Amino acid sequence: MSDVLYLDGISVSFGGFKALNDLSLVVEPGEMRAIIGPNGAGKTTMMDVITGRTRPDKGTALFQGGHDLTRMDEAEIANLGIGRKFQKPTVFESHSVEDNLLLAQKAPRGPFATLIAKLSGAQQDAIDETLQTIALTGDRHRPAGDLSHGQKQWLEIGMLLMQQPDLLLVDEPVAGMTDAETEQTADLLRQISKTRSVVVVEHDMEFVRALGTKVSVLHEGSVLSEGPLDVVQNDAKVIEVYLGR
Amino acid sequence: MAKLTFTTQKTTWLFAAVLAAITIVVPILNLAVPETSALHVPTYILSLFGKYLAFALLALSVDLIWGYCGILSLGHGAFFALGGYAMGMYLMRQIGDRGVYGNPELPDFMVFLDWQELPWYWLGFDNFFFAMAMVMLVPGALAFIFGWFAFRSRVSGVYLSIITQAMTFALMLAFFRNDMGFGGNNGLTDFKEILGFDLRSQGTRAGLFVASGVALLAGFLICRAIVASKLGKILVGIRDAESRTRFLGYRVEHYKLFVFTLSAVMAGVAGALYVPQVGIINPGEFAPGNSIEIVIWVALGGRGTLIGAIMGAILVNLAKSYLTAAFPEVWLFALGALFIAVTLFLPKGMAGSIKVLLPAWVGGRT
Repeated sequence: MSDVLYLDGISVSFGGFKALNDLSLVVEPGEMRAIIGPNGAGKTTMMDVITGRTRPDKGTALFQGGHDLTRMDEAEIANLGIGRKFQKPTVFESHSVEDNLLLAQKAPRGPFATLIAKLSGAQQDAIDETLQTIALTGDRHRPAGDLSHGQKQWLEIGMLLMQQPDLLLVDEPVAGMTDAETEQTADLLRQISKTRSVVVVEHDMEFVRALGTKVSVLHEGSVLSEGPLDVVQNDAKVIEVYLGR
Repeated sequence: MAKLTFTTQKTTWLFAAVLAAITIVVPILNLAVPETSALHVPTYILSLFGKYLAFALLALSVDLIWGYCGILSLGHGAFFALGGYAMGMYLMRQIGDRGVYGNPELPDFMVFLDWQELPWYWLGFDNFFFAMAMVMLVPGALAFIFGWFAFRSRVSGVYLSIITQAMTFALMLAFFRNDMGFGGNNGLTDFKEILGFDLRSQGTRAGLFVASGVALLAGFLICRAIVASKLGKILVGIRDAESRTRFLGYRVEHYKLFVFTLSAVMAGVAGALYVPQVGIINPGEFAPGNSIEIVIWVALGGRGTLIGAIMGAILVNLAKSYLTAAFPEVWLFALGALFIAVTLFLPKGMAGSIKVLLPAWVGGRT
């Protein structure tokens, strides 16, 4: 079976600044991968390339072997099965929690299809199930804007689940969360990664440890080191980057 | 004590019923009630309110794109004027040989310019149904082409507002030119009849009022159906978090194009209802100030409420009719002051504030 995500030799520069420099990364089906790295290492730019927001100057980006991500736009890539959670929780604040999930739910995406769309029983069940998973059943009718920061993060993860993607890109899911929430989020992501591939970008080392997964360290736009967290943390190059200056 | 709830659905049907009642009752009060009666509605009032209903439809079209999808068009007057011109062309052809020059083929201004034959784009406008199709197709096509380029290039926010403003300004300059073939400066006027009915007769005026009321009601119900659908929720999603919508896999530009085009068609219909009631259409309707005024009606009434847009258009124009007659020099100051006051004290507009205050007020008294 082919890799879910295959990045090879990706370079992106913004007016002379090399945000990504010959980056290569492979994610396998059902794998969870944590990406760490100092600010400006290119973590978010990498997500932008994968989701079609930024076109790389050169390099290959393939999804499930055959789909060339560098030639598609955001909507096309999302419909292929790549879901993305932003760093700042981004939900539809004036819609109810339930409607947020409804809009994310995998269904025809054209304007005429949505004009006449009716919610089927199976779709309602799927929404109920996700509400359970993200512990927001009691808040289903509240506007998403009223939720706490942590709840918004969870709602956004729930929205990704409704898309039924094969690959989830999750940018700093526990920023601003309490310890208890962080732990629950790690559980949730581990749960999700049983059936899909997940790429998590995170600063919080405790959280990365809790995920217990393979780690890639990004530095100046390319992968510096890769492996289990303990190995990576003892890598001389990584120590140099994190502590050396 | 029964709890008073103002659900959207109930409000919608109540409002639709009121609109329908006005559409039926006002013409009856004009036609069937003798002039001596206190209940009689004079014909000039009927026509004035018929005009307001056309404006309300125009405001509705702006609220659909601005209030629900965040597209602030400062050029919607252009679509209104184009619909108005399409209707005006039909009315010009209806004049036939009763013009000043008595030419059965050519409108007076063409005879005056010494034109020998009707330009190709005037062909077909003697047919009412063709003209009505153009009332919708011309603004719709312009909006589609304009939107296709603007939304595909992801022009949004204030940049989009500026180019819509430029669009209506460019059209105004174009329509001012005599060789455009739309009557230049003077526009199209001196209309005689519509579908064979004399435009000056009381019955025709009542008929136009009913047509405006029916069009407004239809526009309101169509908009309501759209905003209540899943599509409507996606529009609000685009308004509040465009990139989230995109990353969920929706083609934002298709959605914007859909509502923008539909909205332009509604504006065109409003223009077509307006022209026979005021008896003239000229390039002044394309003036950028007109388009901005529409946005003010919607903001005052309450954007994203539909009902607010309708109320805003009617109330502001009522005030305008009164003030421009009573204190002509005060009107623009009054409009400006009203706009500032609403922005500061009623950020959700009148409808938004009523929605918040009314239940609390009723609840407090019981």
